[in-house]
Amino acid sequence: MLLSKPKLIRGGVRTDARKHPTSGCPIEPVPLPPRLYVSLAQHIGAPALPQVAVGDSVAQGQLIGAPDAGISAAVHAPTSGTVIAIDHHPAPHPSGLPVQSVVIAPDGHKRWDPNLPKPLTGPVPQLDRETIAERVAAAGIVGMGGAAFPSALKLSTDGSVNTLILNGGECEPYLTCDDRLMRERAAGIIDGARLMAHALGAERIAIGIEDNKPEAIFAMQRAAESLGGGAEVLPVPSLWPQGSEKHLIYSLTGHEVPAGALAADIGLVVHNVGTAYAVHRAIRHGIPLISRPVTVGGGAVREPQNFEAPIGTPFSYLIEQAGGLHCEPARILAGGPMMGQVVPIEAALAKGTNGVIALTAAEIREPAGLPCIRCGRCVEACPMGLMPFEIANRAAADDLDGAAEQGLGDCLSCGSCAYVCPSSRPLVQLFHYARGRRADNAAAKQRAELQKRLAEQRQERQRLAAEAKKRAAAERRKRRAAQKQKEESET
Amino acid sequence: MYAAMLVLTLMAIALGWLLAIAHHYLKGEPDAIEEEVNRALPGTNCGQCGYPGCAAGASMVAAGELPLDFCPPGGRALAEELARITGRPLTYGAQCCGPRLIAKVVDEELCSGCLKCIKVCPTDAIVGAPNQIHGVLPEACSGCTACIDVCPTATLKMVPESVTLANWRWPRPNEVLDHAT
Ligand code: SF4
Ligand code: SF4
Repeated sequence: MLLSKPKLIRGGVRTDARKHPTSGCPIEPVPLPPRLYVSLAQHIGAPALPQVAVGDSVAQGQLIGAPDAGISAAVHAPTSGTVIAIDHHPAPHPSGLPVQSVVIAPDGHKRWDPNLPKPLTGPVPQLDRETIAERVAAAGIVGMGGAAFPSALKLSTDGSVNTLILNGGECEPYLTCDDRLMRERAAGIIDGARLMAHALGAERIAIGIEDNKPEAIFAMQRAAESLGGGAEVLPVPSLWPQGSEKHLIYSLTGHEVPAGALAADIGLVVHNVGTAYAVHRAIRHGIPLISRPVTVGGGAVREPQNFEAPIGTPFSYLIEQAGGLHCEPARILAGGPMMGQVVPIEAALAKGTNGVIALTAAEIREPAGLPCIRCGRCVEACPMGLMPFEIANRAAADDLDGAAEQGLGDCLSCGSCAYVCPSSRPLVQLFHYARGRRADNAAAKQRAELQKRLAEQRQERQRLAAEAKKRAAAERRKRRAAQKQKEESET
Repeated sequence: MYAAMLVLTLMAIALGWLLAIAHHYLKGEPDAIEEEVNRALPGTNCGQCGYPGCAAGASMVAAGELPLDFCPPGGRALAEELARITGRPLTYGAQCCGPRLIAKVVDEELCSGCLKCIKVCPTDAIVGAPNQIHGVLPEACSGCTACIDVCPTATLKMVPESVTLANWRWPRPNEVLDHAT
């Protein structure tokens, strides 16, 4: 079902990739920072439950946060040391709100936890499928392309998936850590992909890589050939947002994921190349997800670099290791400039953070919010076939239902529309705003229903209590009257 | 003079009759609207609107005698819902926007565990046992302030609901708004 020639997605924009400052920088390990702030809420879903106490000494890879019920993921100590606090620390999130984090003072010994699971060796087809999925969950692996969705939940072994797609798009400007990972550790990625495909029961593996990464394509092709196992490397055109799950699927298979449906519904699962590598490490080396490759770049950073950094490393420390800032950055982003989030510099590296980008004022375009001139460029650019200006107008007028009717729910927040808008309207911010308001209203409605129910229950209870009292009083009266009668008849 | 009186009386009868017919045929559905408004209201009968219970408030809103944002616990979401139901344009009052106010034991040392607040809370939002510190369940608190008035140590206060990653929302971006029409 794979196409021989990738299809071109509709819409999209050709961004100024600005990858050259770091595409030549190998992934270097970063020295241990003085403190690690390991968030317990760095994945989609419920925060992990702390498993250590202040003062505990922890070993590298030790479980410090157990997954909560439902959607959640385990969290491990990135290095050995002492837990000096379990406290709130700013999240890598535009709100900068504090989240519960385990603060570790590294001891520098990198002493491994003796209880780590034994590596599984042997050829992929001989491994037990369930065990692979369990190990991936136990290793706390989440989507490393930014979504941070617990990966084990996307490794269902019920056999409904026939093709595993690996996303090596990395179409965000500035970011090169996936590119470097594919160039340097292609064999590990292919092995991880084969492990995942085996767990899924998928027959095929398709690896989509943007054609602006020829070295990565070459390295991956070679690794795929030497390891065998039906992995196919397919160059796709470099066009934002090629790395969006739905668009990668369309490019590679020609299938469109229906609105509101999941890729799995049409027998496909998409994982990031970084995730595949993390799976390889977890299964073949028994190492949980405790570090990740990250690009530190942007015009304000002196020596942009790619690092392999422990989870929980503060962004300020990463920037310092990349030579520091040579000017005051206009904003600091976790992720790339198209979809990344403006974050406080004190926040720390999360499992889903693929870039720390400090941009100068010259590199960004503040939304000027000039009036819409109805040029239609945003409509042309929208890869989802929406009319961004219409959604934005309705959002700006607080017509939330109207915005939803115009397809707010299908919007990827990819930013293509805002990128091309000559009036630099804050289109994506308006979408975020409208989504937030809708979520607020839904929450208020739910709350109102709950409170109404509670109030009714209480009123009912009070009514019953009053009735019971009345009945008791009547009873008493009756008894007293009877007694009186008895006394009277006796006298 | 009698002629004039007769004419006026006849006119009054005729017009009154017309009005009665018009009322019969053109009756909007104030009752339906009132009912829908009543269903949308919190139903906790807190009295903050100045009327004795939600049903009374609902009839005043349906009759157009109260602004749409008259219900403090309902907040902005309710005001918008009422605008939809009544078809009246929404103008935002001061209490409409901003974080929700909920009751909170601000100084736990001062809470004597007297149970008074538990007895008055219309939504059973306060939990606690005799002589134990009481706590307010934020989701169940309708913000009606009934408990504030009965707290003997005045340690129950209305505070803005704390912002977490779960309820943080993107602010409205600055934009020239007049193009949105
Ligand atoms: S409307 Fe949404 S999906 Fe379309 S270009 Fe804008 S951000 Fe992307
Ligand atoms: S690109 Fe900007 S100015 Fe042009 S139609 Fe879209 S919102 Fe309006």
